[in-house]
Amino acid sequence: MHDVLTVCCYCGCGCGLYLRVEGGRVVGAMPSRSHPVSRNNLCAKGWQSFAFIHHPDRLTRPLVRKKGRLHPVGWDEALDAAAQGLRRVREAHGPDRIGVLASAKCTNEENYLLQKFARAALGTNNIDHCARL
Amino acid sequence: MTFGSGAMTNSIAEIGEAQVILVSGSNTTETHPQIARRIYEGVDRGARLIVIDPRRTRLARHAHIHLQIRPGTDIPLLNGMMRCILDENLVDDLFVEMRTENFLALRDMLYRVDIAQCATLCGVDEEQLRLAARSYARAQRSVICYCLGVTQHVCGTANVRSYANLAMLTGHVEQEFTGVDPLRGQSNVQGACDMGALPGVLSGYQPVSDPSVRARFERAWRVELPTTPGLTVLDMTHGDGSSDDAGVRALYVMGENPALSDPDLGRVRATLAGLDFLVVADLFLTETARLADVVFPAASFAEKSGTITNSERRVQLMRQAIDPVGSSWPDHRIIIELSRRLGYAMNYQSPAEIMEEICMLTPIYGGMYHDRLDNGEGLQWPCPDRRHGSTQYLHKYSFTRGRGRFEPAGHVPPAEAAEEEFPYILVTGRVYHQYHTGTMTRRSDLANREYSRPLIEVHPDDARKLHLRSGLAARVVSRRGSCVFTVRVSERVAAGHLFATFHFAEAPVNLLTGSASDPVARCPEYKVCAVRIEREA
Repeated sequence: MHDVLTVCCYCGCGCGLYLRVEGGRVVGAMPSRSHPVSRNNLCAKGWQSFAFIHHPDRLTRPLVRKKGRLHPVGWDEALDAAAQGLRRVREAHGPDRIGVLASAKCTNEENYLLQKFARAALGTNNIDHCARL
Repeated sequence: MTFGSGAMTNSIAEIGEAQVILVSGSNTTETHPQIARRIYEGVDRGARLIVIDPRRTRLARHAHIHLQIRPGTDIPLLNGMMRCILDENLVDDLFVEMRTENFLALRDMLYRVDIAQCATLCGVDEEQLRLAARSYARAQRSVICYCLGVTQHVCGTANVRSYANLAMLTGHVEQEFTGVDPLRGQSNVQGACDMGALPGVLSGYQPVSDPSVRARFERAWRVELPTTPGLTVLDMTHGDGSSDDAGVRALYVMGENPALSDPDLGRVRATLAGLDFLVVADLFLTETARLADVVFPAASFAEKSGTITNSERRVQLMRQAIDPVGSSWPDHRIIIELSRRLGYAMNYQSPAEIMEEICMLTPIYGGMYHDRLDNGEGLQWPCPDRRHGSTQYLHKYSFTRGRGRFEPAGHVPPAEAAEEEFPYILVTGRVYHQYHTGTMTRRSDLANREYSRPLIEVHPDDARKLHLRSGLAARVVSRRGSCVFTVRVSERVAAGHLFATFHFAEAPVNLLTGSASDPVARCPEYKVCAVRIEREA
């Protein structure tokens, strides 16, 4: 078993916590003693912040809709399908008819890349996220 | 907006040292437990606690003054408080003179305000209102914490400005332990805003409409950038689905669940179903992902590295603990691969390298290199370069925009009022053991043990009138839809009000809520919705 220092995935407090890892699986969470916010304390959600990670409902393969139903496929096929679909809409209606929703649960680096993707790759400022919701 | 930055001006630790803590529209105990801990510590040290909330939350029960206002009456309350401060000469004249502008407009507006009228409109006791104003103004170190109870109204922006007016009028901004602190609901709302995942600004709140800003990004990204601000979430998810609609025809959704979280769900689902193309990247097959054409399995926070920014502007390193589950990918890898296929190559070896580009283009993040953040507690922005340390509190000598600007506001009634057919006001929010649309928490046995069913809180007087008891099923109906909840009779809500959470897909409360929103921030009015409630057979 080893512990990895990271940050809780739930609210905006941003508590420092350790994820306890055993055999490639996260099996627990523990507060960080020295962290300025959590100070050796976590709320009920923080203690349980690892609980969904290995849930059987996790998506493990990309899915593509064929004949009305979602089918598991490989990454190349899914990425090609997504690129093709977005390109088709952009060609038919222009880039401003595509919208991109970023996430308050993803990292800064991912949000930065996604807005860069919207603006530089797709060519639209239609990017927003749920700050207001 | 009034100060020039959208972030907590203080650090969380400072709240425990304040002399007066004013909390508005935040059920802090349940939604920000660690911040509530600081508030209770402050109270233990002798701080006065003022809570402004239509519900009698746990925090409100511990408050010295609880102003149980009618939903949507923050502005008249604050105008009343500010008039009282003006009348009793509690204005910080030096601060107003040196650091602010437009004071005369506020003063003239306040001279037309009648405190007794305000108190009646808000449904609070006039003496309590005056008492709150006095204690806030007189203390040396007063801090305001607010949350979505303030912003999720048709007048959300004006509400926020009014709290800023109050802080500036009394000079409670520039020092340690004083300030105005919006509490952020999700782990990285602050960061997503900072990174420019907003229709009008690039990273670091640099406007897309500014040619010199665009020129800098265009040089770095080697591409021409669109010049006009884009659509907001509500514009994207509330189109009418027809092809001549000005909304979007395709959507890429990263880790969000608008088919449960957005207001007026009937319309959202019609819009999503009517899209030509929908791509969703998520951990689970959410209500939104079920409607998608392509679904990418994304890696969770334990399976990738990167940084997130908390409410107090603290940029912290998240470290990868395990390999991605199944054949899921971190979102950054998905975006890079997809972008390459669309003819725009992005070359990054690691999240640390992405951060280097962010540092280069984003002044407030100028020194946030991963190697520096590897210290167990991160750094608080603004941090303009490698030598700069953490910034504990903002606006020390000047506001981001120069002088703080007073923006007087008048009362804006909510979009819906209680009426004969819909006589109750429904307020929505969260509870301690669940989180947002429940995608993650509802997959935790422990969280479900504590709070597993969609409950509706009803005041005992209303329950008696409607013949409702705790545990019975009740149907709640608004102009837009209806859902069934389990009744919980509780004095936490005032008579005439109901409270429900939006965590549960089986009772999607947003079928009821309206999409009326603030004209500036486009924040929907989740906190006021006229409904009726009836016993379900």
